[in-house]
Amino acid sequence: MKTIMVASWLAMLMSICLAAKDSCVTCHQGLEGVQSDPVRKFTNDIHHRHGFSCADCHGGDPQRDDADAAMSPARGFRGKIPRTAVPQLCARCHSDASLMHKYNPRQRVDQLAQYLTSNHGKRLAAGDTAVANCVDCHGVHDIRTTKDPLSPVHPLRLPETCARCHSDTARMEKYKISPTVLADYQTSVHWRALADRGDLSAPSCASCHGNHGAAPPHVGEVAAVCGTCHVMMEDLYRGSPHKPIFDGMGVAGCVACHENHAVIHPTPELLNSESGICANCHDAESAGGQTAAGMAELIGELSSQIDRSKAILDRARRSGMEVSPALLRQTEAQEQLVKARVAVHAFRVDAVGAPVQEGLAITRETYTAGLSALEELDRRRTGLLFSLAAISLTILGLWLWIRNFERNERSLNAPGASSGSGDSLGG
Amino acid sequence: MVANRRGWIGWLVGGGAAASLASFAYPVLRFVIPPKVSEAPVNEVTAGKATDLLVNSARMIRFGSRPVLLIRISDSEYRAFDGMCTHLNCTVQYHQEGRQIWCACHNGFYDLNGKVVSGPPPRALAQYEVHLRGEDVIITKRS
Amino acid sequence: MEVSARVSAVKQWLDERLGLEPVREFLAHKTVPKHSSTIWYYFGGITLFLFGVQVATGMLLLLYYRPTSTEAYESVQFIVAEVQFGWLIRSIHSWSANLMMLTAFIHMFSVVFLHAYRRPREVTWLSGIALLGLTMAFGFSGYLLPWNTTSFFATRIGTDVAASMPFIGEALARFLRGGDDIGGATLTRFFGFHVAILPGITTALILVHLALVQRHGISTPLRVERQHRGAGAQVAQLPFVPNFLVRELMAWYGTLGVLGCLAALFPWELGDKADPFAPAPAGIRPEWYFLAPFYTLKLIPSHVWGIEGQVLGLLGFGLLAAWWVTLPFWAAARDGALRVRLVTGAGVALIAYLATFSFLGYTR
Repeated sequence: MKTIMVASWLAMLMSICLAAKDSCVTCHQGLEGVQSDPVRKFTNDIHHRHGFSCADCHGGDPQRDDADAAMSPARGFRGKIPRTAVPQLCARCHSDASLMHKYNPRQRVDQLAQYLTSNHGKRLAAGDTAVANCVDCHGVHDIRTTKDPLSPVHPLRLPETCARCHSDTARMEKYKISPTVLADYQTSVHWRALADRGDLSAPSCASCHGNHGAAPPHVGEVAAVCGTCHVMMEDLYRGSPHKPIFDGMGVAGCVACHENHAVIHPTPELLNSESGICANCHDAESAGGQTAAGMAELIGELSSQIDRSKAILDRARRSGMEVSPALLRQTEAQEQLVKARVAVHAFRVDAVGAPVQEGLAITRETYTAGLSALEELDRRRTGLLFSLAAISLTILGLWLWIRNFERNERSLNAPGASSGSGDSLGG
Repeated sequence: MVANRRGWIGWLVGGGAAASLASFAYPVLRFVIPPKVSEAPVNEVTAGKATDLLVNSARMIRFGSRPVLLIRISDSEYRAFDGMCTHLNCTVQYHQEGRQIWCACHNGFYDLNGKVVSGPPPRALAQYEVHLRGEDVIITKRS
Repeated sequence: MEVSARVSAVKQWLDERLGLEPVREFLAHKTVPKHSSTIWYYFGGITLFLFGVQVATGMLLLLYYRPTSTEAYESVQFIVAEVQFGWLIRSIHSWSANLMMLTAFIHMFSVVFLHAYRRPREVTWLSGIALLGLTMAFGFSGYLLPWNTTSFFATRIGTDVAASMPFIGEALARFLRGGDDIGGATLTRFFGFHVAILPGITTALILVHLALVQRHGISTPLRVERQHRGAGAQVAQLPFVPNFLVRELMAWYGTLGVLGCLAALFPWELGDKADPFAPAPAGIRPEWYFLAPFYTLKLIPSHVWGIEGQVLGLLGFGLLAAWWVTLPFWAAARDGALRVRLVTGAGVALIAYLATFSFLGYTR
């Protein structure tokens, strides 16, 4: 007991001594506003947790209590880091593989190299301090790991973080970049997947542009970028007649139909030969227009058949019929629909037709299952009718019998012995 | 006349009772006959004979209302995964050459632990337990 | 008449071995009072008949049902989907349970309004009330067995109410749940109550109830008795066999027809499988016969005069139940005269309360 007390007292003393050694914290804690902010924030910083302190970035001597001595340039004090110097400052450690290995063996060490290739890095090197450097995205003094949901570069928060600059019309004017990228992106299926379904693998800004090496993909690279996830579509597109044509036109394949940031959920409407995207180049009468119409019709057909089958199964289920095997089978039709939508990227009617026909066969099956479930319901009613008829006949027979019986009984007994025994009691 | 009347009432009661009792007995008799599928698939499902599945091949098994992919990895090792892709619920299949699980809809790949290797799936596939009971392969839900 | 000769030979053979003569003799002389309210006499019999339906369909369901949290829902689904006519048997079981509750209530209130509980039938009344309680217990325990969302949460609410009883609440809730919360243990327990304990007690009590009805004969309503006593005449009697029995049979058959219609046209829904970790769905409410107390408890503010509202409500229900159970005792004044108006008023008030609160509980 005594030893524990002594030990804890010693530990307390030591911690006071150690804390006292960081004069930056001791002094700045007592200051107000921006001067004490870093101290407060730094407790949440990943660097704080690994034992780094103010002086590791800002220089100076935290052993000194005297402010002038502690913050003297002679002792390496750098003060506020100029924006242009930030990447190199961070890179002192983050580009040092053997140092980083001590803290996180899997951490990459090429961030600076990548950054220097990015549009941000190139402009910063040219002296433009309005562009993003490390701290603009990762924060300063409260830097967290990217897996931390509070980190500004966590997948769910990244779009907002990029938009701090990229939605700023005045700032973007200079670079001729559209300030609507965030608004566009937030209409996209990708943001829906990320925000609504919480699917952290869904793409946000960095998935396509890169993070440290942020730059817009060039026209020829777009298909490859989208293809990192949409592999099937990319393969089909590369084999399609559109590929050489779009390449020749200098149009980015995927973007031509799906937009870049506002990637909305594609519907058969997209293929409409009058109002759809295809109509931009193809007349309704041309071969291309007809192909589009053919594909749209097939997909529309399967989709409406799935709806029809869903509706009847739902009705059967609500009527108390058990149709779960058919409902399971129906998911396979849905799957064929997904495949048919993928197959559109071959831009051939027959490619879309194969999965559609397969899906239609399934919906025919499930629709029949729903129909027979409803028929079964009718059969139940027929059975019920038979049973009810038999029951009514029996009741009628019993009633006639007892009436007859009581009439005889009355004629046997002397009249007046029991009055009114023909009442319809309980009948 | 009276006897005649009593006679047809008797027939009515007798016939009605017989018919109604038959209409009660019929469903009951049908009820006690064991149905085709002899029990509710709940926590385990028999996936057929162990020897029916070749090494490095797979089969889709219905597990209640979900598909389950049973893979024979080696002579003695079987694994089973939820058959629905975590991306858009397509049914996955076994990719023999790659020894991976593949979703044909968007080309998602999972390894033989159910982990995502590439493609759009956001999560790993849920794994099921597989046991051999005599000749039969039994798949059970992980609790 | 060779057939009737053979029939009488069989009769004689049976008589000799079973001694049926006294039974036949007894039945031949058993009568039922006959008056304008005789129709209410049928409801006790209908309730008994529905109990028989429950036993029969319950036994059939036992062939396939599995009482564990992992299998219960699936096995009921299996009964409904795969077993031939399983939907019918299950639907009849559910509908019959509700009809039985209804006819039991009608039977009870007819006893109140015809004043059949009066001396010497106080014990018959008590056994009847006990049977009503058992029927409710059947309903409560059976409701959980399909292990679907509504039954799961209704049972949770029900046992929570039990838990808020003063002193014994915690212990009672633990006893009902078989643990601290509703789970597989509760299901197994409720299954045991539903198919073994409750049927055993109920059967025994039904025998007592019937024996008492038999012992005292069927009660003649006070009004009819007075009229006849004034006129110096005997109350007219209806022979039990066949006159009453045939009518009772007709009523049973009619009930079966109604049951068949309900089961085939409005199959009892199975709902979704219970998920103990899911939030309770909105608008969860118990079976209709528990609605009035359920809604009353909902209305009582959380604290009244420093006492927890729930506790106060339960206390109120306890008093109400005690008052109702002892009805035959306070119904008789000291001089032996019956407080007819008081009892009738009480009956009307109770019906009014149950009807309005059930309605409100259902609609809100």
